[in-house]
Formats: sequence, structure tokens, C-alpha cells
Amino acid sequence: MFKRQVTITVNGEARAVELEPRVLLAHLLREGLGLTGTHIGCDTTSCGACTVLVDGSAVKSCTMLAVQADGHEVRTVEGLTRASELHPVQEGFQEEHGLQCGFCTPGMMMSALALLERNPEPTEEEVRWALSGNLCRCTGYQNIVKAVLWAAAKLRPAGTGGVR
Amino acid sequence: MYPARFRYEAPRSLDEALALLAEHGDEAKVLAGGQSLIPMVKLRFASPELLVDINNVPGLGYHREAASGVLEIGALCRHVDLEFSDVLGDLRPTMAAAAPLIADPIVRNRGTLVGSLCHADPQGDWASVMLALDGEVVAVSAAGRRVIPVTEFVTGPFQNALRPGELAVEARVPVPRGVPLGRYLKLERRVGDFATVGVAVAVETSDGTVTRAGIALTGVGANNIKAVDAERVLVGSTLDRATIAESARLAAEAAKPRTDHRGSEAYKRHVVRTFVERALHPRPAVAA
Ligand SMILES: Cc1cc2nc3c(=O)[nH]c(=O)nc-3n(C[C@H](O)[C@H](O)[C@H](O)COP(=O)(O)OP(=O)(O)OC[C@H]3O[C@@H](n4cnc5c(N)ncnc54)[C@H](O)[C@@H]3O)c2cc1C
Ligand code: FES
Ligand code: FES
Repeated sequence: MFKRQVTITVNGEARAVELEPRVLLAHLLREGLGLTGTHIGCDTTSCGACTVLVDGSAVKSCTMLAVQADGHEVRTVEGLTRASELHPVQEGFQEEHGLQCGFCTPGMMMSALALLERNPEPTEEEVRWALSGNLCRCTGYQNIVKAVLWAAAKLRPAGTGGVR
Repeated sequence: MYPARFRYEAPRSLDEALALLAEHGDEAKVLAGGQSLIPMVKLRFASPELLVDINNVPGLGYHREAASGVLEIGALCRHVDLEFSDVLGDLRPTMAAAAPLIADPIVRNRGTLVGSLCHADPQGDWASVMLALDGEVVAVSAAGRRVIPVTEFVTGPFQNALRPGELAVEARVPVPRGVPLGRYLKLERRVGDFATVGVAVAVETSDGTVTRAGIALTGVGANNIKAVDAERVLVGSTLDRATIAESARLAAEAAKPRTDHRGSEAYKRHVVRTFVERALHPRPAVAA
């Protein structure tokens, strides 16, 4: 039917694609662009596994049409790593054992990143609040919260806190 | 799941959006935050022929106090804007209390207050807040504009008073006429769940006497319920214990809850009563 041409900046790279309006952003990322780090965990906009950043704000990519991202900047979990070095948020999940099966992890990390970009020194309560739209069936959340606090400490300029 | 096929337009001005709605009438649906509509088209509960995405229409993201003191909330003002608002302040305590309790933080980044009123989900929180505050919706179409009180705007579960071709461009909340006292209390099983029971209370006092009272209930009926009898007994009172208890009793009586997976009828009624009391006694009483 009426395919549309859109250009979306994904992890810093402009991607021109032609697609039907009914394609969800999550589908475009996973199937169209092969970025399978963005997971789909439900059909009801409940789980947050599909969370990506659109212009810096956390969005459930299963609940946004890909055409709506035309002209916008999308960041996925694949965009965290730079030159094979883990992002502090990823390191935090490794150090604090913030994952078990890993299904929720990409979404958790993107919600965490959105929080830390807005609020570099969150309290534990603020971390819990910011992650409250992301469900995890494995960990019980405690280590996820620790992982984000670890990342916050790592991201702070030297001398203003540092890792506990 | 993939939605069924639809056409998609993303107009860049309000006039363009209204022209599309005028042309396509019933077949078109407005796409605002998409946090109710996209889940519905995904599950194929809705299959509109045309989506008119208003996210590229400039100048609709505002919420502001007009010179008259009326609070105006544009069609693209997101829940998150109200959660972190520096406009609501102490003047709009009911709204400030409700904003962080809508859905979850990721949904709040996209969903809108006006979209929520249009969606008219009986479990929706904003409709209760707006009923308690005597809010209004401004509808525009290619033919003109009209102002609809929220009491008339929500006409049934998932039904609103908009006519084909109309777009809700703004919600409005009147000027408080005294010292506002307000809360939104919501019982939910977990973050992101709809309310088991929600109670919006918005009272204004002058020299300690109530001049205006609004009470509305979420999740305990086929629609949000404005508890008019419970409101009436408060007006003219000094919010003494006996009057609060009577108002809470009347609110519980106005509720029409159904037993479901969130709780029994009696339980929900009890929560309504408790919440009205709690909202009107903001601090635990200290023995004299
Ligand atoms: C997981 C989850 C949990 C949620 N929990 C809650 C909750 O606890 N409480 C709550 O109140 N809500 C909840 N919601 C719903 C959420 O608040 C939605 O944002 C809201 O109901 C709809 O607003 P929207 O801007 O996303 O509208 P959309 O999804 O874009 O539209 C919804 C409907 O309204 C119409 N519409 C929207 N804007 C306009 C307009 N300006 N003019 C004319 N028609 C319009 C659309 O055509 C559509 O029919 C939840 C949603 C999800 C996915
Ligand atoms: S896949 Fe579950 S919220 Fe998007
Ligand atoms: S680690 Fe398995 S769902 Fe979170």
C-alpha cells in the first residue's frame, strides 16, 4: 500500500528507509535494521523491554510508529558501546550483577541512560522511580538499582564522588 | 502484532489537520501520544482507515496560566510535562498529585492529558481530576470552535462528545476562587496498572469555609463519576470531622463498583470512603 520514505538517525547514523505506516519502531529496528538488541516482551505496552531513546527521551518502541521517528534521533542499546568499550551503564550491570536472563536489560539500560542524562546524581529512590516502567522477571530489581547507581558514580567527573 | 493497514498523514499545521479531519470524517482518527490508540490498533480493537498524527503541529505542547488565571493545557502537553511542571505549583494540587500516578514513566513521556480525556477510558485518571475541577475541553473543526464541559464531554465508556471533523485542541481548568486544597489518591496493584480505585478531591476555601468542592471517582463505574452529593455537603462547611465523614459516606454511595480481579465491590466502596476522608484530612489528627 502507501509506502513512505523516511530518514531516521539511528545511533548517530542517518538511515533512509521505505516502509508502511503500520510498521512499529520496534519492528523497524529489529527486522528492518537488524538491531535485535531492542526486545519485544509483550503485546500490551506493559514491559518496557523495547525502550529506546527518541530525541533523548525514553519511549516504548512497540508503541510508536516507525514513520513517527522521521527526522528524529533514535538511540538503541547497540549505540551504547563505543570502540568496543562498554558504556558505564553496561559496566555497572556487569559489576553489580544487574541481569540474569538479560531479556529486560536493553530496556533497563536505555531507561537508566535517559535518567542519568537528565539527572547525573539520582538518589536510589529516583532510580527506582525512573525504572518503574521496566519489568524484570528474574532479578528482583535490587542489583539493577545498584548497577545504575554504580554507573552514575562512574560517570561523575573525577573528584566528585567516584565508585564506592 | 502488526496493526491492520491504514493511511497516515502528519500535517504540519492545525488548519491542515482540520482539513484532513473535515474531509475524512468518521474514517479518520487523531493520533496524539499514541499510548492508548497504538495498543488498540496493534491488538486490532480499532482499525481506522486514516491516522492524522498531530505530533508535528507546532504550538500544542503548552500548559500555561492565561491572563484570566484559567489553566490551559494544549493537545500535545504530555503527562511528563505536568509531572515536572513549574506552572501547577500550589494552585493546582489535584493535578500535581495525579500526574506522577498516570501509567508509568515511559508512557508518561508520550501520552497526553487531552488524549486521555478523548479516549474516555473509565479507568482513566485525568477525567476524574477534570470532573473534580470543573474542567472544559475546547473542540475545533474547520467550521468553528466550541467549549464543552468535561461533564458533557465524556459520554460513555470510550466515547466522547466530539463530532466527526472535530479535534480537541485544549483542556481548561477554571481559576481557583479561594485557597485550593486538593489531592488525587490512587490505589494500584503496581506501577503502570490502572486504578483499582482513584479519588480526585479539589476543594477551595475562603477564611476556612469551603466555597467550592469537587469530588470524582475512578475505576468504580462505567465512567468516571462526579460525586455531586458528596461535593454539596462540603460547601459552606469548615471541613469539620462530621461533614468530612458524611461526604465520604455519600461518595462511597455514589460509587458503582464491580467485583473483578482488582477487588470486590465492597472493598472498592470502602476504599472510596477512606480516600475521601484521607484527602480532606491532609494530616493525621493530633489529640487536643
Ligand atoms: C501500560 C499503560 C498504562 C496506562 N496506565 C494509565 C493509568 O494508570 N491512568 C490513565 O489515566 N491512563 C493510563 N494509560 C493511558 C495513557 O494515559 C494514554 O496516554 C492516554 O489514555 C491517551 O492519551 P494519548 O495522548 O496517548 O492518546 P492517543 O493514544 O493518541 O489517542 C487516544 C484516543 O483519543 C483520540 N484523541 C487523542 N487526542 C485527541 C485530540 N486532541 N482530539 C481528538 N481526539 C483525540 C484518539 O483518536 C484515540 O481515539 C496507560 C497506558 C498504557 C499503555
Ligand atoms: S514490548 Fe512490552 S512494552 Fe514494548
Ligand atoms: S534479567 Fe531476566 S527479565 Fe530481567
